[in-house]
Amino acid sequence: MLTIKNLHASIEGNEILKGINLEVQKGEIHAIMGPNGSGKSTLASVLAGRNLFEVTEGEILYNGKNLMEMAPEERAREGIFLGFQYPVEIPGVSMMNFLKTAINEQRKHRGQEEMKSSDFLKMMREKKDLVEIDSNLTNRSVNEGFSGGEKKRNEIFQMAMLDPKLSILDETDSGLDIDALKIVAHGVNQLKSPDNATIVITHYQRLLNYIIPDKVHVLYDGKIVKSGGKQLALELEDKGYEWLSKEAAK
Amino acid sequence: MAKEQDKILQKYTQNEYKYGWVTDVESDTLPKGLNEDIIRMISKKKNEPQFLLDFRLKAFRHWKEMKMPNWAHLEIPEIDYQDMVYYSAPRQKAGPKDMDDVDPELKKTFDRLGIPIDEQKRLAGVAVDAVMDSSSVKTTFKEKLAELGIIFCSFSEAVQNHPDLVREYMGSVVPYTDNYFAALNSAVFSDGSFCYIPKGVRTPMELSTYFRINAANTGQFERTLIIAEDDSYVSYLEGCTAPIRDENQLHAAIVEIVAKDNAHVKYSTVQNWYPGNKDGKGGIYNFVTKRGKAQGRNSKISWTQVETGSAITWKYPSVILMGDNSVGEFYSVAVTNNHQQADTGTKMIHIGKNTRSTIISKGISAGYSNNSYRGLVKITKNAENSRNFSQCDSMLMGDRCGAHTFPYIETENRSSIVEHEATTSKIGEDQIFYCNQRGIEEEDAIGLIVNGYAKEVLNKLPMEFAVEAQTLLQISLEGSVG
Repeated sequence: MLTIKNLHASIEGNEILKGINLEVQKGEIHAIMGPNGSGKSTLASVLAGRNLFEVTEGEILYNGKNLMEMAPEERAREGIFLGFQYPVEIPGVSMMNFLKTAINEQRKHRGQEEMKSSDFLKMMREKKDLVEIDSNLTNRSVNEGFSGGEKKRNEIFQMAMLDPKLSILDETDSGLDIDALKIVAHGVNQLKSPDNATIVITHYQRLLNYIIPDKVHVLYDGKIVKSGGKQLALELEDKGYEWLSKEAAK
Repeated sequence: MAKEQDKILQKYTQNEYKYGWVTDVESDTLPKGLNEDIIRMISKKKNEPQFLLDFRLKAFRHWKEMKMPNWAHLEIPEIDYQDMVYYSAPRQKAGPKDMDDVDPELKKTFDRLGIPIDEQKRLAGVAVDAVMDSSSVKTTFKEKLAELGIIFCSFSEAVQNHPDLVREYMGSVVPYTDNYFAALNSAVFSDGSFCYIPKGVRTPMELSTYFRINAANTGQFERTLIIAEDDSYVSYLEGCTAPIRDENQLHAAIVEIVAKDNAHVKYSTVQNWYPGNKDGKGGIYNFVTKRGKAQGRNSKISWTQVETGSAITWKYPSVILMGDNSVGEFYSVAVTNNHQQADTGTKMIHIGKNTRSTIISKGISAGYSNNSYRGLVKITKNAENSRNFSQCDSMLMGDRCGAHTFPYIETENRSSIVEHEATTSKIGEDQIFYCNQRGIEEEDAIGLIVNGYAKEVLNKLPMEFAVEAQTLLQISLEGSVG
């Protein structure tokens, strides 16, 4: 589904990603771990198409298409979803209106008609139950006045509504208490299917107590220095990230 | 990041003005220049009674003694008042009785603007007075309204048919001595709309005036006068456009509203005069005096405005709250882009007891523009237990524009409460990207964000206008974001 080959990216001349290689198949959950500043969020932003970053080398193929040639909104309509680390507030724009616009853009892209309001409301109810989100969140403006935890849950709710093929969750666990963490993990597990894939980006191992990844990658100084199964995450939790500097130097 | 924003900003600042064409119609035009002879000619062309000519001449003599105001946060190039035409009217039979009498070119003009003046085609629910340059082209649904005793006609017709009403109320809210542009308008105004709602009548449809500047080198000076008798209600809409021209054109209008006991007047404006091109060339100077007198007990006057046009806007729709328990409201969205300048706001003058006023102002600045809110809340000694709530929000797009707030508060008694809140925000690249990531492209994202920001004001507009206003906001700001 996703193939990243020798990806280099920089911001204002500083190289952040220094040759990433990654292969994600349908039905898989990948976890990307790494210390602060290793390039985790940059990778997420580059996949979503944020133009703050310049890709200087390498390629990204998404379902056989060159992702670099697609605008951010096109990527989204093709099924790429980014769960933001810091979801932004949009005052005065209701969640309902926002999601309806987003879903209809996706449908238009697929040549489908706009969704009927009654179907939309029904879908909202179903997905709310699925991800166990408080129903009054959807009556408010996009993220406005939401607590940190509410914002993250709202990201998972949007993910459920948009039914993406590839979800990238950028530090969705940061700032969550254990109950919120469980809700978010539960949502991700509920939405898992043989047709979609998820990349979970996290600093801590604890999220992986609730989401079982198929593969774990360690990002360090702009490169993936180690890949493995779930046990790699436990190893990291145990040893911290320092030993990786030696690993990277090899 | 700043560089990236600049790129986005530059990419889009070309802002296309949809209404910029010119109608080829024969006009009856007076020579350029302003003097007593010109004023006498205007008055004669309009076959006016003596009192009106006297009023004009007094205003003109007063104007000559005045200086153009310079207190606003605006840079106004010098205006040569002698290099301008003060009267230009499309040549047509006087007072067209039915559609066959209206010049087909004029009819086409208003059709293209989406303002059909043919009653058969008109959506029920809005009566229109269409004004081009110095004269009214056609007023629709006049007869239907007359059955209820409502007078809705051009100002010129009112002068002919209801001179006593004109004489009694004209200048009673905005005297010709009020300010420089009001004096100028009083001297040279040519047409406008007149509206009289008798006691106890609720106007069954929206009344609207559509103003169009067409002729070159011509100023537009219209007057609108609305009188709402006891227990009456009227909702009034005003729209305006002008062709794209390289030179600036002056629009100096007056709107006067009188609301008696328990009367409610709701006045909505969607102002879309030509704003000039992206380099700031051309565009309308919109120097307008709008004021309502809530003179009756429990009377209410509400101004709602969506301002997207004009090169320079100088405008403060105000309410004088004379009657006890009277209410004044001002809801405004003002958008400036490219090199536009706006200094706009309101005055709420509390005189009666228990009077209440609400001010919600939303400024949006983009490009190199400057957008100022200027408002006065004055509570006089006798206005016991009065209340005001003001909220002034500014939104900035990019880093070359400016937003300013100048609130003036004067209270002369201790029983009244005045509240003022102000915020400034920036439409962020991160907000746009968030929308992009959900499949919403940049222009739609801006539309969504701006309409969310302005929602409180847009909700106050009548249905027909709300949709138009939303689209207009989006077009005016197309992509001008960093």
